Amino acid sequence: MSLWTALLLAAGIAFALKLAGHLVPTHLLDGPRVRRVTAALPVALLAALVATQAFTVTGGAFVLDARAAAVGVAVVALALRAPFIVVVVLGAATAALLRAMGCG
Amino acid sequence: MTASAGSGTADPADPADPTARRAVVRQALSVGVATGAYGLSFGALAVAAGLDTWQAMALSLLMFTGGSQFAFVGIIANGLHAAPAAIAASSMLGIRNGLYALELTHLLGARGPRRVAAAHLTIDESTAVAVAQDDARTSRLGFWVTGLTVFVLWNLTTLVGTVVGTHIGDPRTYGLDAAACAAFTALLWPRLRDRDAVAIAVLGAVVAIVLSPTMPPGIPVVVAAAASLLAWRTPRRETP
Repeated sequence: MSLWTALLLAAGIAFALKLAGHLVPTHLLDGPRVRRVTAALPVALLAALVATQAFTVTGGAFVLDARAAAVGVAVVALALRAPFIVVVVLGAATAALLRAMGCG
Repeated sequence: MTASAGSGTADPADPADPTARRAVVRQALSVGVATGAYGLSFGALAVAAGLDTWQAMALSLLMFTGGSQFAFVGIIANGLHAAPAAIAASSMLGIRNGLYALELTHLLGARGPRRVAAAHLTIDESTAVAVAQDDARTSRLGFWVTGLTVFVLWNLTTLVGTVVGTHIGDPRTYGLDAAACAAFTALLWPRLRDRDAVAIAVLGAVVAIVLSPTMPPGIPVVVAAAASLLAWRTPRRETP
């Protein structure tokens, strides 16, 4: 398999996975229970994504480092009703500062 | 162009709130810029893994899902014998986009070529901005502006990354990985106003963290999607 073949195959699968979700007939997703579940899917997936991005290292082990501190600061800022961009900048600054000081 | 024929899902009587529109565009641009910065490191990493500029660009243009792209080049760096593993890993990480699509297809109501475009732009960022909005119209705007902003910036910065390589240093130095975590947290925040949503988010996060050490990347997050089945029950009536 050449690199180009592998690349195009992987890209094709990635697109097919995205398209498959959009092509599920809407009447199958119309019941009130199913609607609640599909509406909850992004919540579960994004929470899982944040958790793995913030609290695990390559290989999957749990770790608390500068990223966890950044999420903590972001949650405090959100509870204080800070605007979106302020939350993002505070998160980045927290991690950058902690790393500059040699922790995490 | 096809406003008269293609507006079947848009409600013409629904005036979009200009404040909400500005807010969602600002969110979309912030998310786009943060993601774009990561495109630099993707471009640099792809070249370091042995891809040429065309191949790195093909991944950003055609695969267009960051996690899968990083996994693909990370594994293919070991040589072509690792190609099946690279395809498998990028595909497992791509499954969640299909699950996002189940909800997005409701929110967007896109048909024909627009639906194909929507599918290509179905990624973490565009989904997160779309579901963070209060009404369908702002959700649609958020999806398209975020998807297109990330698409343009991700591809431009991938190209720049392949050229300047590793001279720019690690984006982690600037806390950009944490910026992404903070952005997704902020986009989830407005969804967490009832107890059921909080339970689903917490369960999803815990399942993903617990499974991460024992499963290939991508699978824990997909398994964690099962937390959404908690919504199958009739929602609790909460006394205000």
